[in-house]
Amino acid sequence: MNFQFESLQDFLHMSGHGFYVWMCFLLTFGLMLYLVLAPEIRIRQFIKQQRRIEQRLTSARVESELKGS
Amino acid sequence: MGWQWFHRLGSPRWFYEKTARWTLWLGLLSLVLLAIGTIWGLGFAPIERVQGNSYRIIYLHVPVAFLSMAGYYVMAISGAIGLIWKMKLADMVMKSAAPIGVVLTFIALFTGAVWGKPTWGTWFEWRDPRIASTLLLFFLYLGVIALQASYQNQQMADRFSAILAIVGMVNIPIMYGSVYWWNSLHQGATLKLSGETSMHSSMLYPLLVMIAAFYCFYAYILVKNVRAEILQREYRTQWVKELVSG
Repeated sequence: MNFQFESLQDFLHMSGHGFYVWMCFLLTFGLMLYLVLAPEIRIRQFIKQQRRIEQRLTSARVESELKGS
Repeated sequence: MGWQWFHRLGSPRWFYEKTARWTLWLGLLSLVLLAIGTIWGLGFAPIERVQGNSYRIIYLHVPVAFLSMAGYYVMAISGAIGLIWKMKLADMVMKSAAPIGVVLTFIALFTGAVWGKPTWGTWFEWRDPRIASTLLLFFLYLGVIALQASYQNQQMADRFSAILAIVGMVNIPIMYGSVYWWNSLHQGATLKLSGETSMHSSMLYPLLVMIAAFYCFYAYILVKNVRAEILQREYRTQWVKELVSG
């Protein structure tokens, strides 16, 4: 099994088909990265949002307790 | 007894806790396989006699197209399970499979178009039955996403998107059969479970590595999406509250 190209230039050019091949790989890997990051971001935002709600609830509870006393 | 695993499988909490560790391994495995398959396919697989180097797009196009169809099975079958047994986790799997399927089907269409230009001389051919049925698959996925977004009530959203997903199953055998039943630019199956594969091993092995890579990748992102979905749907439960504040 040998490397099929003579140089990096040759590898990128792919005898004229480089544009097509590289475009496919770039787009695919870009979208795959998006697929990996999207649920990650969703989980982080959810946790942040829940914590904010929690904080607001706690401070509201403290406030109402202060008023009540 | 005997059915305990089934009930456990339906428990979002159990799933969330169990999958924490092995998603990492799945992610690593798919990364390694992807790297091997890509380097092998792009640099070391021999050049194709007729198509030249453009054929290297096969290492993306075929695995992604496989997964766009397999992902539809995942969505429709889990939708059916959710509909019949009212299993919460199955509904979450169905919902999570839709956006992944859209992206994969888009990649399949895109790489197909780019491969078609130097090979068939056209980016897109409406009359090709496989391209047309793949486009339909794309819209079926979009339909499930749209239905999920259009109901305030999650149960209603799950019910109707499951029905759409199940009805859309008729498209899958059409996708498989299209290349045999009608005139298609696509060729018949090269990879066969039984019988001779009409592809030289030096080109076939990297393709098999890429197919394995994409199956792992699919499982990885599906589980990740289901985990995100679990947290969002179970936010009222004690264990999620503890997880968030912990």
